[in-house]
Amino acid sequence: MIRAENVSKAYGDTLVVDGVSLELPAGGITSIIGPNGAGKSTFLSMVSRLLKMSAGSVTVDGMDVTKTPSDELARRLSILRQDNHIAARLTVRDLVAFGRFPHSKGRNTKADKKIIDQSIDYLNLSDLSNRFLDELSGGQRQRAFVAMVLCQDTDYVLLDEPLNNLDMKHAMSMMKILRRAADELGKTVVLVLHDINFASWYSDYIVAMRDGRICHKGRVKEIMNQSVLAEIYDMDITVHEIGGRRVSLFYE
Amino acid sequence: MTKLAAAILAVLALAGISLFIGVSDVSLPALLSTAPGDRPMQVLLISRIPRTLALILAGMAMAITGTIMQMLARNQFVEPSTAGTVESASMGILVVTIFAPGMPLIGKMLVASAFALAGTAIFMRILRQIPLRSVLMVPLVGIMLGGIIASVTSFFAYRYDLLQTLGAWTLGDFSGVLRGRYELLWLAAGLTGIAFFVADRFTVAGMGEDFTTNLGLNYRRVMALGLSIVAMVTAVVVVTVGAIPFLGLIVPNLVSMAMGDNVRRSLPWIAVTGAAFVLTCDIVGRLVRFPYEIPIGTVFGVVGSGIFLYLLLGRRTRLG
Repeated sequence: MIRAENVSKAYGDTLVVDGVSLELPAGGITSIIGPNGAGKSTFLSMVSRLLKMSAGSVTVDGMDVTKTPSDELARRLSILRQDNHIAARLTVRDLVAFGRFPHSKGRNTKADKKIIDQSIDYLNLSDLSNRFLDELSGGQRQRAFVAMVLCQDTDYVLLDEPLNNLDMKHAMSMMKILRRAADELGKTVVLVLHDINFASWYSDYIVAMRDGRICHKGRVKEIMNQSVLAEIYDMDITVHEIGGRRVSLFYE
Repeated sequence: MTKLAAAILAVLALAGISLFIGVSDVSLPALLSTAPGDRPMQVLLISRIPRTLALILAGMAMAITGTIMQMLARNQFVEPSTAGTVESASMGILVVTIFAPGMPLIGKMLVASAFALAGTAIFMRILRQIPLRSVLMVPLVGIMLGGIIASVTSFFAYRYDLLQTLGAWTLGDFSGVLRGRYELLWLAAGLTGIAFFVADRFTVAGMGEDFTTNLGLNYRRVMALGLSIVAMVTAVVVVTVGAIPFLGLIVPNLVSMAMGDNVRRSLPWIAVTGAAFVLTCDIVGRLVRFPYEIPIGTVFGVVGSGIFLYLLLGRRTRLG
């Protein structure tokens, strides 16, 4: 379980994240949604110790993220931020293989190599595994990054806008892969998503943020209704039920 | 592996050629027909072997230093001479020469290292503060910083009548290498040896701070380790034979084009290519105006800037 208590981030006088307390249960997919500037990415960065908190604390399975040795944490929790840019010329396989670094410290065993192959397979990158990252399309690169994070084989997988750069087909298959990772591999997946329909269709829980605070949280059905969405986004969003699942329309 | 072995053999062959070029007659027949105490053997032992070793050690060390810098700065056009490192090291030696001229070489080297580390740290700090979107802006900032440091150094070198001495540090030249005056370079080799053990860390750092933290490494510590190696190696090379501009830029880039930036895999190749490059340029410099010599810094300047241009233009076409 990930437990955040009173987490805040201030830049000067501006509070970007304002005293967020949250428990993310182990297992399943949790999506964090909300308008731009709600503090979603900042919150995720603090949970994953990439960004210092101004106040508050975060524990992962009881371990304080600011005090636990970073390499120990790296075997429990992985994080992929948005807009990744790697200048170094690495092949897809090299990149994915570095996901094993927290476990093997660079000396990959046969078992490590197997996990590397599986991760590459999982993201359908086998044909591209020897290509350099700078020779790939944005979407392919995004899949390579996710393969690396899965290769890290942590209980908790945190992804900031993993659907960035992906077209509809690849966005869908990415969500399916994450769903499989949650269901088959028992991972706890935490996402920041902009597309609330993807969040609705594939997540178990939704956390909605606004102005640096959590304004709603709960199972998908509790969040995906007209009045709650109106409060989060300040606009009219109609919700339709299709085959027992909820889809929203907000194009007019 | 077999390819690498072939490359190492090529370097050894170049080293062999390097041993037998020069005004003094040091050929196999001359060596065999004279006593070990005679001139040919003495020239070989006191001048030729030290010079060849110095070339190999400096070439390997500078090339590896360039790679480390490129990974840490996350920019392919950064190396000690485009980041203020060489200029800072020169300033350090000048300070020693003015205030403590009697200090032994190792002391000079340590002071130069401290200056080099400080100068490079300033450069990295500037990079962190200004978001530099363009790849080419980064080395330009480094060259400007180096220019500022060098101008201060030149001013004081002029006031203290040390301009000529200063020239010796900034323009690599192996003609003065003799037994007893190059051994510090083994230290540089030892330092770059550390790089082989922590190669993966430099690759990870090359992915950026977030990736490094995600993989459980302390970014600042990797940075500090890398910059310390860079600063000390640069100081050693500047103190002993003088800087060879662009070596640390061209060799890693050529190797990167061929096999990518997984440092653990590319490092042996970078070392071998660096040695081969320096040996070749030195041999050319010794042959072009035989029996006179052109300093390697000059030869490499010509060859290096040519390759540098090729790299720049090649990049553009790949993007376009």
